Amino acid sequence: MTDVTTKTENPEDFAFTAENMGAAKAVIAKYPDGWQASAVMPLLDIAQRQNGGHLTQAAMDHIARVLDMPNIRVYEVATFYTMYNHKPIGKHHVQVCTNLPCWLRGSDEIMETCHKFLGLDNHESSEDGIFTLTEVECLGACVNAPMMQVGDDYYEDLDADSTLAILSELKAGKTPKTGSQIRRVSCEPVTGLTSLEEQAELRKAKVGGD
Amino acid sequence: MLADKDRIFANIYGLDDPFLAGARKRGNWDGTKKILKKGREQIVEDIKNSGLRGRGGAGFSTGMKWSFMPKEVGDRPHYLVINADEGEPGTCKDREIIRHDPHTLIEGALIASFAMGAHTAYCYVRGEFYRETEVLQRAVDEAYEAGLIGENACGSGYKFDFYIHLGAGAYICGEETALIESLEGKKGQPRLKPPFPANVGVFGCPTTVNNVESIAVVPEIMRRGPEWFAGIGKPNNTGTKLFNISGHVNTPCTVEEEMGIPLKELIEKHAGGVRGSWDNLLGVIPGGASVPVLNKEQCDTVTMDYDALRELRSGLGTAAVMVMDKSTDIVRAITRLSAFYKHESCGQCTPCREGTGWMWRMMERICKGEATLEEIDLLEQVTYQVEGHTICALGDAAAWPIQGLIRTFRPEMERRITQPATNTDQAA
Repeated sequence: MTDVTTKTENPEDFAFTAENMGAAKAVIAKYPDGWQASAVMPLLDIAQRQNGGHLTQAAMDHIARVLDMPNIRVYEVATFYTMYNHKPIGKHHVQVCTNLPCWLRGSDEIMETCHKFLGLDNHESSEDGIFTLTEVECLGACVNAPMMQVGDDYYEDLDADSTLAILSELKAGKTPKTGSQIRRVSCEPVTGLTSLEEQAELRKAKVGGD
Repeated sequence: MLADKDRIFANIYGLDDPFLAGARKRGNWDGTKKILKKGREQIVEDIKNSGLRGRGGAGFSTGMKWSFMPKEVGDRPHYLVINADEGEPGTCKDREIIRHDPHTLIEGALIASFAMGAHTAYCYVRGEFYRETEVLQRAVDEAYEAGLIGENACGSGYKFDFYIHLGAGAYICGEETALIESLEGKKGQPRLKPPFPANVGVFGCPTTVNNVESIAVVPEIMRRGPEWFAGIGKPNNTGTKLFNISGHVNTPCTVEEEMGIPLKELIEKHAGGVRGSWDNLLGVIPGGASVPVLNKEQCDTVTMDYDALRELRSGLGTAAVMVMDKSTDIVRAITRLSAFYKHESCGQCTPCREGTGWMWRMMERICKGEATLEEIDLLEQVTYQVEGHTICALGDAAAWPIQGLIRTFRPEMERRITQPATNTDQAA
């Protein structure tokens, strides 16, 4: 469960931008009449993105009005799911998976690398507002372990060096390569295909020859 | 070993175009209208005869599940809900289907929905799969534009809509009734059954919830015939299956293989073998975090199917194979899973809400050598107090790995208590 900040910490008003209101209406239209509350999760996500990465009470109240729901029902949802943030988070939210498959392949080292480079403990944000570090549960990329998610992107098959390289690039305002950080496209064996071999030629083209 | 021609997910590695042009080359959407012409009953019958069992972990007959839906559509519309809330530690197969072979899923959703009289499918994707969802949405848009789904799906006269719903980080939403609650815009807390979803599901209407892989294999079963699928694997454990092999292997990977493949062959053929050698193997969790660990002796001979693994008091689960070599601190490994279940308990049922915390704290004590020997038995008792006493299976899932540990690695637990000085474990 997530903790919620008090109203005094986020007093400002909130309303969807015209563009986001359009997006919200398109989401609401996916559900049957009278079941517009189904849109609460997608709308919380839209609001969180509009607000720079976290939700405020004003944002939740706005959504309650848009969906004609009691405020408390919106708060319940917003505090149940871990992806909704109730405090400001850094521009880059670094989320390191430490569940079993990642742990078996060295997620302790990845977490330690992040701690040291960012100077942050778990759940802390940097003062310049660039980074937040969070240890998370399984992100579902287990054959590409260890891995981390930054914002919407996955970085996989990490070691200390590649983790450092990614964080350094992010810090410098660059866009690191997402996905696997070793010589494979996705979840195939790194040493070569053991099935679907007829696609090997395509692989060469994609990874850049080997 | 499974031949490439029998592999359903021809683009599982994303080496080729995941979108419509590529999908058509791979045979997706070929003769879908003809499949629908077979009619509802025949499709359900064919899926039953194929022997397909649910790929989300429970292993219940998919065709049978479909047949629980009302035969006639009454006042309440029917719904198909696709469970893409993939979060069982070790499991990363649905992600690959969604981002690399999305049209298998969309075509499967049309056929399955038609077979159950549903005109709408919701695909509930875990929120972290944001990039994957972008791919799926693009594939859905293409399918609408090409007339494959929509007002007149594939020219069949059948109206079919496919919507994506993003989750927001809650393992429990992989439980089908929690998923339905979440889809209705509520906290993801499982419902008491009955009523079952086939009677009262999402929006109070008849609903079937199926895993991504279960739905995505349907089109090929219908094209090639149920006998083809039933002819792969073993009796009662038929067809092909995506396996995720992670942990201490040389080349972790995802691969589609036949059901019932020996575990050793699976690991050595596709994952480059156990780090070191097969003799360096300590144990394997064969089906995602919830199933009990196997020791090496069991791994030597076991086949990867529902029945063989159940005989060893473990399970195929999601076929997420987590391999641990002899360097693994097995007690710490299972403690990590206990922490996970404590984190993910939805808090609705007392035995699970409190029990997952107790179990985790006792595991920590044993890990650190702070426990007494009697606490192992006490811990086991606690697992049985939780198991079977909750609305959903999360309590069971939290109990089983510990029961498996006690059954298989008790001497190691005792060693940590009697000789704490030899513990190498440092983690808090």
